Amino acid sequence: MEDEEAMEAMEAMEGAEDTEAFIELDGVEKVFDVRKKTGFLKRERRRVRAVDSISFSVARGEMVGYIGPNGAGKSTTIKMLTGILTPSGGRLRVAGIDPSRERTRLAHRIGVVFGQRTTLWWDLPLLDSYKLMRRMYRIPDTRYRHNLDRLVELLDLSALLDVPVRQLSLGQRMRGDIAAALLHDPEVLYLDEPTIGLDVISKAKVRDFLRELNTERGTTVLLTTHDLQDIEQLCSRVMVIDHGRLMYDGPLAGLHEVGESERTLVVDLERELPPIEAAPARVVRVEGPRQWLAFPAAESAAVLVARIAAEYPLVDLSVREPDIEAVIAKMYAEQAEKADRAEQAGKAIS
Amino acid sequence: MGSGRLYLAVAVGGFRRYATYRAATAAGIFTNTVFGVILVYTYLALWDEKPHLGGYDQAQAVTYVWLGQCLYATLAIQGGGAEKDLMERIRTGDIAVDLYRPADLQLWWLAGDVGRALFQMLGRGVIPFVFGAVFFPMALPTDVTPWAAFVVTLLLATVVSFAIRYLAALSVFWLMDAMGVNQALMITGIFFSGMVLPLNAFPGALGEIVRVLPWAAQLQMPADVLMGETDPLRAYAFQAAWAVVLLAAGRLVQSAATRRVVVQGG
Amino acid sequence: MAEPFGGSRAGEALRAYRLIAGMWIRSSMTYRASFVVTVFGNLLVTGLDFVAILLMFSQVDSLGGWSLPEVAFLYGLSATAFGLADLTFGSMDVLGRRMRDGSFDILLVRPAPVLAQVAADHFALRRLGRITQGVLVLGWGLLTVDVDWTTAKVLLLPVMLVSGGVIFCALFVAGAAFQFLAQDAAEVQNAFTYGGTTLLQYPPTVFGKDFVRGVTFMLPLAFVNWVPAAYVLERPYPLDLPRWTSFASPLVAVACCALAGLAWRAGLRSYRSTGS
Repeated sequence: MEDEEAMEAMEAMEGAEDTEAFIELDGVEKVFDVRKKTGFLKRERRRVRAVDSISFSVARGEMVGYIGPNGAGKSTTIKMLTGILTPSGGRLRVAGIDPSRERTRLAHRIGVVFGQRTTLWWDLPLLDSYKLMRRMYRIPDTRYRHNLDRLVELLDLSALLDVPVRQLSLGQRMRGDIAAALLHDPEVLYLDEPTIGLDVISKAKVRDFLRELNTERGTTVLLTTHDLQDIEQLCSRVMVIDHGRLMYDGPLAGLHEVGESERTLVVDLERELPPIEAAPARVVRVEGPRQWLAFPAAESAAVLVARIAAEYPLVDLSVREPDIEAVIAKMYAEQAEKADRAEQAGKAIS
Repeated sequence: MGSGRLYLAVAVGGFRRYATYRAATAAGIFTNTVFGVILVYTYLALWDEKPHLGGYDQAQAVTYVWLGQCLYATLAIQGGGAEKDLMERIRTGDIAVDLYRPADLQLWWLAGDVGRALFQMLGRGVIPFVFGAVFFPMALPTDVTPWAAFVVTLLLATVVSFAIRYLAALSVFWLMDAMGVNQALMITGIFFSGMVLPLNAFPGALGEIVRVLPWAAQLQMPADVLMGETDPLRAYAFQAAWAVVLLAAGRLVQSAATRRVVVQGG
Repeated sequence: MAEPFGGSRAGEALRAYRLIAGMWIRSSMTYRASFVVTVFGNLLVTGLDFVAILLMFSQVDSLGGWSLPEVAFLYGLSATAFGLADLTFGSMDVLGRRMRDGSFDILLVRPAPVLAQVAADHFALRRLGRITQGVLVLGWGLLTVDVDWTTAKVLLLPVMLVSGGVIFCALFVAGAAFQFLAQDAAEVQNAFTYGGTTLLQYPPTVFGKDFVRGVTFMLPLAFVNWVPAAYVLERPYPLDLPRWTSFASPLVAVACCALAGLAWRAGLRSYRSTGS
């Protein structure tokens, strides 16, 4: 406790520290023990790497899209970044804080919006939830009033403040939730599917707001989404995660080149051996007698397998197609279609 | 023929739905067993003080306790059966959809509740009962006949139990809030079914009254039939009479309620 | 910044508890009629236990050698202590549901101790019904029971109620911790909490010796009322415990809290490392 206070005091003296990397992940892992039902009473225990050695850093004021298929490890990452989950390995810092160790201290500096779950009080007027936030986060009066006025204006909430949350539409509630997450001036905002289930106009409102928030206040934004439009309109940078691994990190434009470039060969050997040498394939992971090799998609798997079988004691093997490819292909198919629709929607709004 | 199949399917659905909550069922078994043990000790002390209270000896009092724990969830004695879903559907207005189903509303819900009861009996009720039989002296018949008669009274008890809860659920059409009704169901269910004390051990005029109320059909009748304390035919007649009266009342209220829905336009 | 409790951890917890409980009270007030009905209903439901005892005593003069006023005294202590715990920690059974639907994560990103948030979750004033009912029976028991009151006996009463309440609170917390392991098994804790208060409403002489041993040494419920009440009523101590144990309830309560706190921490740690 005292340590925390001391650290806080030090930070206050340094002023707003301007670290290059505001969010920093270095080889972060998350391993789950999953028990799967295999029979009436039988259960099989299995280790699942939900997040497998992910490294990236996000600078203050960046707006990053974090995408990938369901179960790829997106929300596990967000949960580690917010301190909900403790990483199994690696190093993770947000604003210089280790989230899982100093969860409450970090809470003052981050804002979180879970698309499907609300932080608002169901039976009470929207404003009551904000008053709770003010007291829970100890927001000084003048700042609270200033922030609330600004958020109400930007998110178009003035008519909703006295309405019980249960009577709000999904879009209204989402706007209400976003405001609730920002009243305490967080330096970073995590959004988990912020536009899911919203109509076109609500989506546009939310996006406009996020853009403004980012440019005006310099709030760092990390959002997971299924909606490519969110990414296109908001994010200068995209990260794609699949099977717990970071598959791509860069501008949206570069995405499709990477998506189909590599396949994975999973090899089970008789015993633990040093990494297999079989260029152009390269070992990306070793776990006991099992090894993962990435190889160019254009390369023939059969030739590669034959070469490995000749030199190593093989037990089993499988070729894994890049799953993300399908997702990305689909995203690009939808992209053209949506661009048209968005153009029309844009016209309708303006 | 065809409709019989439909209701069978609904009942199977009810059974399956409850069967998915494995951990909750295990927790329920544990809780019922603990409460059974506590109650058995208090009853033994009571019957120690006053042997043959209510015409039971100690072994019969113990049997009554474990039967109560066995039927507690089976007959949804404190509520929590099909009527809970029904109330929710009435409250949210989804009930309007049910009215367009090519099935009888009351039978539909009865079938689902019977399926639920069967699961609660087999999955949750039997184990505490067997536990009781192993660790405490119980008065169980060794003959097949009383067991067969017991099964019949159980079926009738299930119907009466459903009929009471169905009526209560329909009141939500007018009250629009289920909280109070659920509490009333809980209090009456626990007290008048004889969960706190066998109804035949209730004193004086109170005893006379509670023994003719419909709740007496739930636990007291099956217990007395199993332990040979009453003529099965008399028990059937009592249970069947209440089943008919309550189901008929349910139909009357149901038609009044559906008229209301139609008038309001759902 | 206004920090009324100087920012200490307990102060933070209390503050968060108060804030959240306040929200739930206001929520329940939006359904006023329902609130009145449930307060009344709660009083009746919890009163059924005592009605059972009255019914028993309509047939007999003593139970396990204890008279009705003595049993009422036990009952009042058990019900009031349990009522205090039920009011403050009684909604912890929703934790499992919160973990399943993911809303538990929302509590984890707020700057407040999680245990306080969970304890205040679904705070319901209707639970005052149980305390009211317990206090009424206790009052009646005190008026009718035959006791030579001494200062020590009088002072022991509030100590019993508070320690008893704390022991039950610890049980609720331990039950909540168990839900980290089995999210659907919230009902297990009922066996200990509701089951516990039920068994303490009867004299220890009613139960088998091994059973009493279990609820004295393994799950020290006996210190809620049985042991200290033996001193007040000048009755033989359960299991022939020494006389000083009558005053040990606060110590037992503290020990229970420590154990429950450890269980809670272990549970929360396992949640955060398994993300179940």
